[in-house]
Parts: sequence; C-alpha cells; structure tokens
Amino acid sequence: MEVVGITGRALILACSAIGAGLAMIAGLGPGIGQGIAAGHAAAAVGRNPGAKSDITSTMLLGQAVAETTGLYGFAVAIILLFANPLIGKL
Amino acid sequence: MTGYLSGMILAKDVDFYIKGLFKYKLFGQELWITTTHVGLLIVTLVLVILMIVGHHKIVNADPTARPGGLQNILEMAVSAIDNMVSGIMGKNSKRFRNWICTVFMFILVCNISGLFGLRPPTADYGVTLPLGIITFLLIQINGLRARKIQHVTNLFKPNPILFPINIIGEVAVPLSLSLRLFGNIMSGTILMGLIYGLLPTALTVGIPAVIHVYCDIFSGAIQTYVFCMLTMVYINDKIADD
Repeated sequence: MEVVGITGRALILACSAIGAGLAMIAGLGPGIGQGIAAGHAAAAVGRNPGAKSDITSTMLLGQAVAETTGLYGFAVAIILLFANPLIGKL
Repeated sequence: MTGYLSGMILAKDVDFYIKGLFKYKLFGQELWITTTHVGLLIVTLVLVILMIVGHHKIVNADPTARPGGLQNILEMAVSAIDNMVSGIMGKNSKRFRNWICTVFMFILVCNISGLFGLRPPTADYGVTLPLGIITFLLIQINGLRARKIQHVTNLFKPNPILFPINIIGEVAVPLSLSLRLFGNIMSGTILMGLIYGLLPTALTVGIPAVIHVYCDIFSGAIQTYVFCMLTMVYINDKIADD
C-alpha cells in the first residue's frame, strides 16, 4: 500500500523523532535508582551524622555510575536527532 | 557546522551546535577550526594566567602575615583536592595529585564556561573522549607497573572463559567516563539552547539564570568531581596492594 504525500525522507525523520523520544524512556531507570540511593544516603546520615561527607561522596559516585545507562539512551536520542545515520541509507 | 549534519530537524534558531569557523585542508582531509577549539583556547589561557598570577602571589607571600584574597582561595582549593586524592588513594596520592588537580581545574572551567557565553568545550565528544583515553592509559600503565605480568593474568580470573567479558569491562571504562561527562554537559547545553530559543528576547535577561545555576554550575561541578573520583578509584583499583 502506497501512502500518498509522504516522502521516504519525511517518514524516516518522523520515525527518528519517535525513536528519540522512546530512547529517552531510558531516563526512567537512573531516576528511580538515583532516588533510592539518595533516600538510603539520607537514612544513613540520619543514623550517623558524623559520616556525612563520606556518605555524600559514596552516594555521588554510585549515582554517577547508575546514570550511565540513561546516558546511553541520551546518546542514542542525540544521534537520531542530529547525526541521523538512517537518512544516508535512502 | 550547521547544515553539515544531515539529520537536522530542529528549528534553525535554536543555538547549541558546534559551529565551524575556519576550514582548512590537511593531507587531503577537510578539517575545521570550530567553536570548541576557541573555547579550549580561552579556557587554557584563563587557567594559565590564573596560575601565573597565583604562583607569583604564593612565591612572594609573607609567611608571617595573614593570607588573603587569591592566595587564600588557591590554598583552600589545593588542600581540598589534596584531601580528596589522599582520601581515595592513600599512600599513592603523591604521584597522582598533580594530574588530578590539573584535570579537575580544566574540566571545571570548561563546564562553567557556559555561564560566560561560550559553548562548553566538554559538550563536544572530541574533548571528552581524549580525557577518557588518557584515564584508560593511566589505568593500564600504572597497573602494568605495579603488578607486572599479574596485571594481564588478572584478566583470566576467576575463569579463562570470562576473558572476553573482562576485556569489555576494561574498554568500557573510557567510553562510559567520556560519555558521562559529554552527556551531562551536552544535555545542559541543549536545555539552555531550547530555553533561549523558547523565550522572547526581552525575557532572556533574568529567567534563564535559574537553569544556568543547575545546568552549568551544579551539574558541571558534580560531573567534574565524579570524573576525578572515578579516575582515582579505577587507578587505585589496579595499583592497590592486595
């Protein structure tokens, strides 16, 4: 079935935009993980206020590592939007 | 470099792209001097001038007088970084604190340069990937120096079947380090560009300041800290006695 009035390029651009939006769903996981880490860090500071600086640096380190998967999704979204490899395949 | 990338679908007046300023040919390859190079040059000049002035101040300081101004700030910064390095690396900290301090200052100034109207140089993957590769080389060279052949045989532990996975684990370090820095700063830059494109010109004076505080200062400082922290943790992992 031929869709009238839509070029292949426009279709690829539209689908790439949808794909970029879907890729950013990857932000869900790091958000939950970082929230859990921050919550436990807050509980730890509540139990042991003297170790606040150690807990903060450990929390930041863990959150930064947990963020990696979200950033992979972000990289995919950026590539789809600004350096689309699929356009060249037309 | 607007118009150079093929899949560009945002409005043209949203301004967060790397722009080519000057084109030249080298060995038949078309290369560009971009805003990233200019930003790096400005950042380096600022750091060099700051360090020359700071060195002059510290050398000529009167040890009996109370320190003030720039000297005070520099002493605080240096002792903070010394504490950070020795807190992670222990007795090895002396060998690495110069490098960590250099990287820390460089990335920090790069990240907050968005405040001063530059496009942050770290929002270019060509800047963060070399930083990640330098860290990778530091990890491997220091691991080889500290553990000799055991550094290589550790790849086959606990089971030789896991060798490919260990290799992937080693190679993922520079990739994830550089992507983390790039992704965070790039997302901040895009957010700022979208907000500047969204607001009418009259409103761009005060309102984006709030987002600048988050995207440039907070996120930039956190990512600088995280980059240096992870560099130290990875190196220390390979050279610590066990």
